[in-house]
Amino acid sequence: MPKKHFINSLIFLSIFVVSLVIVSCNTGKKKSAKDVSIEDFVTEDDIFDDIDKAKKIFYSLPSPLETAMLIKSAGAEYDEELLNSLDNVSQYTTSKSLALNLGIYTTDLSFASLFDQTQTSISYMTAAQEMAEGLDINDAIDSETMTRLEENLQNRDIVMDIISETFLNSSSYLKEQRRPDVAAIVLVGGWIEGLYIATQLIGDKDITNNKLVDRVLEQKLSFNIVQRMLDDNKENENGEQNEDIVDMISELKELKEAFDKVKVQTSQTETIDNKETNITTLKSQTTVSVTPEDFKKLQLVVDNLRTSFIQ
Amino acid sequence: MRRTYYLITLVFALALLNNIASAQCKGFAKKICKLELIPYIHDGNYHAAILTEGEEAELYKTFYSGQNYRLAICGSDALPDIEFKVIDAYKNVLYDNTEHNKDRVWDFQLEASQQLKITVKVPNSNTESEYPASGCVAIMFGFKESE
Repeated sequence: MPKKHFINSLIFLSIFVVSLVIVSCNTGKKKSAKDVSIEDFVTEDDIFDDIDKAKKIFYSLPSPLETAMLIKSAGAEYDEELLNSLDNVSQYTTSKSLALNLGIYTTDLSFASLFDQTQTSISYMTAAQEMAEGLDINDAIDSETMTRLEENLQNRDIVMDIISETFLNSSSYLKEQRRPDVAAIVLVGGWIEGLYIATQLIGDKDITNNKLVDRVLEQKLSFNIVQRMLDDNKENENGEQNEDIVDMISELKELKEAFDKVKVQTSQTETIDNKETNITTLKSQTTVSVTPEDFKKLQLVVDNLRTSFIQ
Repeated sequence: MRRTYYLITLVFALALLNNIASAQCKGFAKKICKLELIPYIHDGNYHAAILTEGEEAELYKTFYSGQNYRLAICGSDALPDIEFKVIDAYKNVLYDNTEHNKDRVWDFQLEASQQLKITVKVPNSNTESEYPASGCVAIMFGFKESE
């Protein structure tokens, strides 16, 4: 009798899958300015005013590659001393530390690559690979990736493409495996590493008219997204609390307080289309401001946070 | 007893289909949608989901001055052309692809960094099919330094 039921179940399963494939095939597609005003500012929360939770919501943080690019384009110089030591690789064993340091090492790798540090790039790709393996992200960074990297070290565009590809592999694999919480922690790790490198490079320099300082302060806009992304992942799909995410929210409290002292305001936007290049320019003004004391505090908080992440 | 077997089979089938759909979505984003970003460098982030006709999604991201961005939004072949809008914090629509022949990409640069919201909609296809079409929708970003 149970055998009969098993066969019936198999038949039912087959019919179900085939039906859905047919349905999927049958539903095939019939493809066939205003002036900029700085008097009327919005702040970093206003964009979320009419958020509709019924829809699928994505929060996008700067990836490690974009973070490194933002630091470099703000005039940063390369300082290898700032990267997370490769000696630390073996001490990351928990899911949270592996995820955080996958993000951290990927930002370090991106940073080194943008400054054509070829040997360092290989070493940090290996470190990222070990973090990915620890998280059971199979094939995100395989031997083929390493070979391709070694063969193209002199071509920065290809190196950036490889980094982008490996990060895409990791994040898509984690989401496919229904581990969006781990994917979120990877992103936060990478983003904090970018903040750390930038704030350390600024050091005691004057914060007025400093492009890198502006870049750091503008991260208040992304911090808002960090908070929402973590909040969204506080519970797993079974409604159970995700301890790693809850811990992270708590760990980021001081950073929130530090960013609360930063003022960021954005004016109305005017769009200008360039018909020749097909590129639209968004013309607006964003003002960022902070006192030197509060900036020092921000630097200290970022330093402490990053130290705790790499320990 | 028989009911239990069918229930277990159904749950298994749904889980299996979900995994197949996710894997297809990953492949679609990597092998098809990412190509739309060339010559921009993909940032490496993955934003894709299975959406059904009539469904909408939103994405929030901070965009930075000094960078050129390409936004690519693609739907799998089973879906009608995807509609999307880019909206600022004042709720002004900065770009609406329905006014641009439902283009899949939009290139832009910013004079000042700001947060933007991207709304994505799978329109109804108006086919006579009994079932609404479902498929993968990917939102991808490419960037390069402004010249």
